[in-house]
Amino acid sequence: MAAAANGPLLTGEHFMKGDTASAEGAIAAGCRFFAGYPITPASEIAERMSARLPHVGGDYIQMEDELASMAAVVGASNAGAKAMTATSGPGVSLMTENLGLAAITETPCVIVNVMRGGPSTGMPTLPAQGDVMQARYGSHGDYPIVAYAPDGPQEMFDLTVAAFDTAERYRTPVFVLADQTVGHMTGRVEIPESVEVADRPRPEGEPDPDTFLQFDGEHLVPPMAVAGDGYRVHVTGLTHDDRGYPDIEPPAQRRMLGRLMAKLHDNRDDIVDVERFRLDDADVAVLAYGSTGRAARQAVRDLRDEGVSAGLLRVRTLWPFPAAEVEALSEDVDAIVVAEMNLGQYAHRVREHADCPVVGHTNAGGEIPRPAAIADTVREVAS
Amino acid sequence: MSPEQVVEHHPTDPTLRDERIPHIWCPGCGIGGAVKAFAEAIERSPKGLDEHVVVSGIGCTGRSAGYINVDSYHTTHGRAIPYATGVKVANPDLEVTVFSGDGDLFNIGGNHFIHAARRNLDLTVLCVNNFNYGMTGGQFGATTPQEATTSTTPFGNFERSFNLPLLAASLGVPHVSRWSILHPRRLSRAISAAMETDGMGFVEVISPCPPNYGKRNGYPDGLDFLAYLEDHAVIDDGADLDQVGIDLAGEPLVLGDFRHEPSESYLEVKARHLAAHGVGGGA
Repeated sequence: MAAAANGPLLTGEHFMKGDTASAEGAIAAGCRFFAGYPITPASEIAERMSARLPHVGGDYIQMEDELASMAAVVGASNAGAKAMTATSGPGVSLMTENLGLAAITETPCVIVNVMRGGPSTGMPTLPAQGDVMQARYGSHGDYPIVAYAPDGPQEMFDLTVAAFDTAERYRTPVFVLADQTVGHMTGRVEIPESVEVADRPRPEGEPDPDTFLQFDGEHLVPPMAVAGDGYRVHVTGLTHDDRGYPDIEPPAQRRMLGRLMAKLHDNRDDIVDVERFRLDDADVAVLAYGSTGRAARQAVRDLRDEGVSAGLLRVRTLWPFPAAEVEALSEDVDAIVVAEMNLGQYAHRVREHADCPVVGHTNAGGEIPRPAAIADTVREVAS
Repeated sequence: MSPEQVVEHHPTDPTLRDERIPHIWCPGCGIGGAVKAFAEAIERSPKGLDEHVVVSGIGCTGRSAGYINVDSYHTTHGRAIPYATGVKVANPDLEVTVFSGDGDLFNIGGNHFIHAARRNLDLTVLCVNNFNYGMTGGQFGATTPQEATTSTTPFGNFERSFNLPLLAASLGVPHVSRWSILHPRRLSRAISAAMETDGMGFVEVISPCPPNYGKRNGYPDGLDFLAYLEDHAVIDDGADLDQVGIDLAGEPLVLGDFRHEPSESYLEVKARHLAAHGVGGGA
């Protein structure tokens, strides 16, 4: 490991693995609790956190499985810690249970999913992007979710920081949807002296348990008391009222879930993050994310060199879906090619919003699409 | 009751969320008695209400968290112990109790219990054992005696049941007790002892479930089950734990404070190792 694991703060330029950079991003963002379970290709994040957190006053705990890991993360966040876990698809399958608990109890937390080939045990050591819809809809019921898609070690750092900022700002669980290529890629990572990260809104003044509302519907994002603050909160995975007490009636459900969804919907413009590359005069746009974005960028460069007017919309926030950006793009181009390492998960959603033909450039996972192959698809569409 | 006997407040009111009473539990249920014993243990504790945390899972006993006037977390089915693990590790100053039922803690949550015991984090685990899944209508679970009839064992239970004190002691849990709601003072004192123990404390609470287990097995009223306990309960702190399985079919039902052997807790070991490596807390 090139980067030292000892000092309390790590800054400056490093030659660093993506998984390690994600761990460093978490620490820079103030993460002080990590619970996890070993899994390829995300174990390096846990290893880094186990070595680093004690130096910054944080806690690493290895749990008996991913069910327990996610439960511990939600518990630790409710005790006041910025908390995260890191896993891959099979682990996320187990974590979706308590991901739902985090969503309904408005508990900030970050889940890094270093995606590998699925379904089931699939291809543990090979990349895929098959968990895009799982990230959005994996847990039962409707709930808000945010998912970032980093394209390399630097963004593993930057977007893990962003994930904490969003999680804390909106009291919501947030995914970092990396993939094996990005997690195991080693590259230059620049770590600034400090990063700007929101802290969750907190109640002020003398605690009054009789009047405090942990889920106060007068706020879009209510101030959050944590265990030991003196507010004597009740927090339940049942549908609840503003006080936190169970209220299993449709009006309470509409009120609670309406605000939960509005937290992200109303702030969509602040959350959504896309990169536009050579799109201004493009006839065909490639839409890609994560490691596929790297191949797509090269494809666009190669196509431009031969005179094909291609561009790239690289989506950094898969969820919430960048609907306005896709709709605007579809007005300007003749077609959109969605390149992804799955059998067409994100292309579905792009088709919902695009006012132009949408073509999938897919594979079953395990291999990053080659730039030449993406370019072939673009040429076919452009001809 | 004559009007002058009516009092406005119960002595335990400050420790309960009295605005949430009446509770959801059935007539004759024992969970309320367990809540009372726990509330008394909180009142006896050197820590104040704001330093206690209760974490529950899902099921009838899982609703206990909602009636206790401390920071309280009603979590997912089986996951109360790992949730509480996160709370305790993130803020070790808090006195954290897991209060849940036999199905939640020992069926769906069984793996978490054995690993929490192995880890020996300073948690108190309170298990109300009513021998079946009450909230879903009385199906059999990990503590249902063999032969017993439940809504999913119409021909009698084919499976053996867990002997919870033996299980806990075999895992090295420092404090292990079993009491019943017929023994409220001993129960409450055992909860206090479990809270005060370094490392994990486990208390099993034997409780009736009149409309489900009770109705199908000869105890249709709560009092019927208490009468059985009165006839069969034997207090033996030094019992051979191999012999304290529960058949509810006439064998002695052994209660007691079976084990109290404090041992270095997870947080103590962690502090010792970090200090040995010269790693202190930072920002």
